[in-house]
Amino acid sequence: MSRAILEVSGLSMRFGGLLAVNGVALSVKEKQVVSMIGPNGAGKTTVFNCLTGFYQPTSGSIRLNGEAIEGLPGHKIARKGVVRTFQNVRLFKDMTAVENLLVAQHRHLNTSYLAGLFKTPAFRKSEREAMEFAAHWLEQVNLTEFANRPAGTLAYGQQRRLEIARCMMTRPSILMLDEPAAGLNPRETEDLKALIGVLRDQHNVTVLLIEHDMKLVMSISDYIYVINQGTPLADGTPEQIRENPDVIKAYLGEA
Amino acid sequence: MMTKNLKTAFFSALLVIAVAYPVIGLKLTTVGIGLEVHGASPAVLWTIAGAAIVMFFWQLFRDRLGAAMASAPRLPKVPASASNFLTLPSTQRWIILGLVLVALAWPFFGSRGAVDIATLILIYVMLGLGLNIVVGLAGLLDLGYVGFYAVGAYSYALLSHYYGLSFWMCLPIAGMIAALFGYLLGFPVLRLRGDYLAIVTLGFGEIIRILLRNMTDITGGPNGISIANEYKPTLFGLSFERRVPEHVQTFHEYFGFAYNSQYKVIFLYLLALTLVLLTLFLVNRLLRMPIGRAWEALREDETACRALGLNPTAIKLSAFTIGASLAGFAGSFFAARQGLVTPESFTFIESAIILAIVVLGGMGSQLGIILAAIVMILLPELMREFSEYRMLMFGALMVLMMIWRPQGLLPMQRPHLELKP
Repeated sequence: MSRAILEVSGLSMRFGGLLAVNGVALSVKEKQVVSMIGPNGAGKTTVFNCLTGFYQPTSGSIRLNGEAIEGLPGHKIARKGVVRTFQNVRLFKDMTAVENLLVAQHRHLNTSYLAGLFKTPAFRKSEREAMEFAAHWLEQVNLTEFANRPAGTLAYGQQRRLEIARCMMTRPSILMLDEPAAGLNPRETEDLKALIGVLRDQHNVTVLLIEHDMKLVMSISDYIYVINQGTPLADGTPEQIRENPDVIKAYLGEA
Repeated sequence: MMTKNLKTAFFSALLVIAVAYPVIGLKLTTVGIGLEVHGASPAVLWTIAGAAIVMFFWQLFRDRLGAAMASAPRLPKVPASASNFLTLPSTQRWIILGLVLVALAWPFFGSRGAVDIATLILIYVMLGLGLNIVVGLAGLLDLGYVGFYAVGAYSYALLSHYYGLSFWMCLPIAGMIAALFGYLLGFPVLRLRGDYLAIVTLGFGEIIRILLRNMTDITGGPNGISIANEYKPTLFGLSFERRVPEHVQTFHEYFGFAYNSQYKVIFLYLLALTLVLLTLFLVNRLLRMPIGRAWEALREDETACRALGLNPTAIKLSAFTIGASLAGFAGSFFAARQGLVTPESFTFIESAIILAIVVLGGMGSQLGIILAAIVMILLPELMREFSEYRMLMFGALMVLMMIWRPQGLLPMQRPHLELKP
């Protein structure tokens, strides 16, 4: 089996008296789709926030390709290839779809002031490549015809797809999706499932997923972690999780 | 419903009296060395009472009046198609080009006073374009922008006064010093957001002014410092002043004209125009560069920017620094035009006017800012008789704008990007 790309152990996050995350451990292997499930308020998003540097974890270690990344600011972690989406869509709403994709490539562009002011050939080339890359991904997520529409005017499902395309602009190694299927209709969920498959198989992206749609989770995940009240409850393949009595109890309550 | 209206109406009328009576109804007259308060003429008092009554009935019957107004012919609105056409980036570029042509011809047809006012407008266009980067594009509410303007003006004045540097030497240095101030202030301040940032920058602007006023030994305090004629702007070494030291050649002597102060006014105007054109070019390029897109993205969603690997602090700092350097250039030109800088040229009201230009023009739109600068500077000049009511008119203008065009005079649509170049 392939090597682990992200290893988390003993991750805890305390807000004052509340221990929101307590001793969570994850091991994500390259090119896997790993899901994190659990009841509402279980601390899944908090784990995401810790992993991506939006929170500074109280304790625990996070290793990306063997390198400790806990405590780094968010943009530095993103530059190491860990990119996320948010539970509520966070596009740049007044900017057009294609501009959203160009912004995300910022780090890979020629950002020299002089080159930009005088439109040097190197600058033009860098901008052209960015445009081609953006066009390529707009096509991948089926939004080419909306390229010049302000992102805020797109339909909800389209915004979700655009957000994933925007993440791909940063050429990530791990893509973390926070409830990507929330608010999607069944057909759009199917498209999403296909898209995640494409990301993993054709673009070598490891996907970490928070999701409530069990049908989706069970059908695409290679591995599942269950979190309940901040503590890890179970982990295993979809089959193991489906039959785990603790998980059933946590979801359905005591009989 | 009626009782609620009655209450609102009563308090509105009371408010009219409470505001209008002390402001218009009482007159201060100097008697010897003291002041005496006199009541205004009965006509004025009756007008105030009348206004209060009108306000009372207006508030009382507002709902019904509103319904009646709806059926009456409405204020002509800008048709959607025209508005769409005017906000297109390509249209705006042509309008700007037309304005530039008019501006080039202006000094050769306008009177001396007209050219002088146009120069002042150009200074505010520059300031507006600079603040637009900070407020309009990067979304950082900066109420102390005039501080950087002062830094630029004083840099030139002090450098020429103590080190004998010429305008052309000082202009880039002033821009750099202002940029440095922007950078240094930006570091601690840009952690703050929104209102907090506004308050701190407001404080910064005032600190600069008060510092300049109190460092009497260096800056001359409230008297300011004047700039000697030989250090004023020159055209390839030719001075436009009447009296200069021996070693300086003057424009009128070189070409053998009689001295005419009109030359100097026109020269300063063209200099300001050049600076504005350079600024326009700079802002235009910045908008289409990765950094310009990053500013706008940051304004819309800082968290998302961070998640995509953009460093918010670095991006904000760049906006703050570039904005400050533009204010520095404008400031040193202002000092050159005035020939004298005093701390009182850099009060908060200047910041407010520049901010009003940005808001009035439509955040982020360059043409809008040019138009707004013309309106904001020209209106008070045209209505000198009403100068007491200047602030009142600014207020009314702002309120009207918020009702009529909350997006600003001429906002700009997003440029259309072709996918396949």
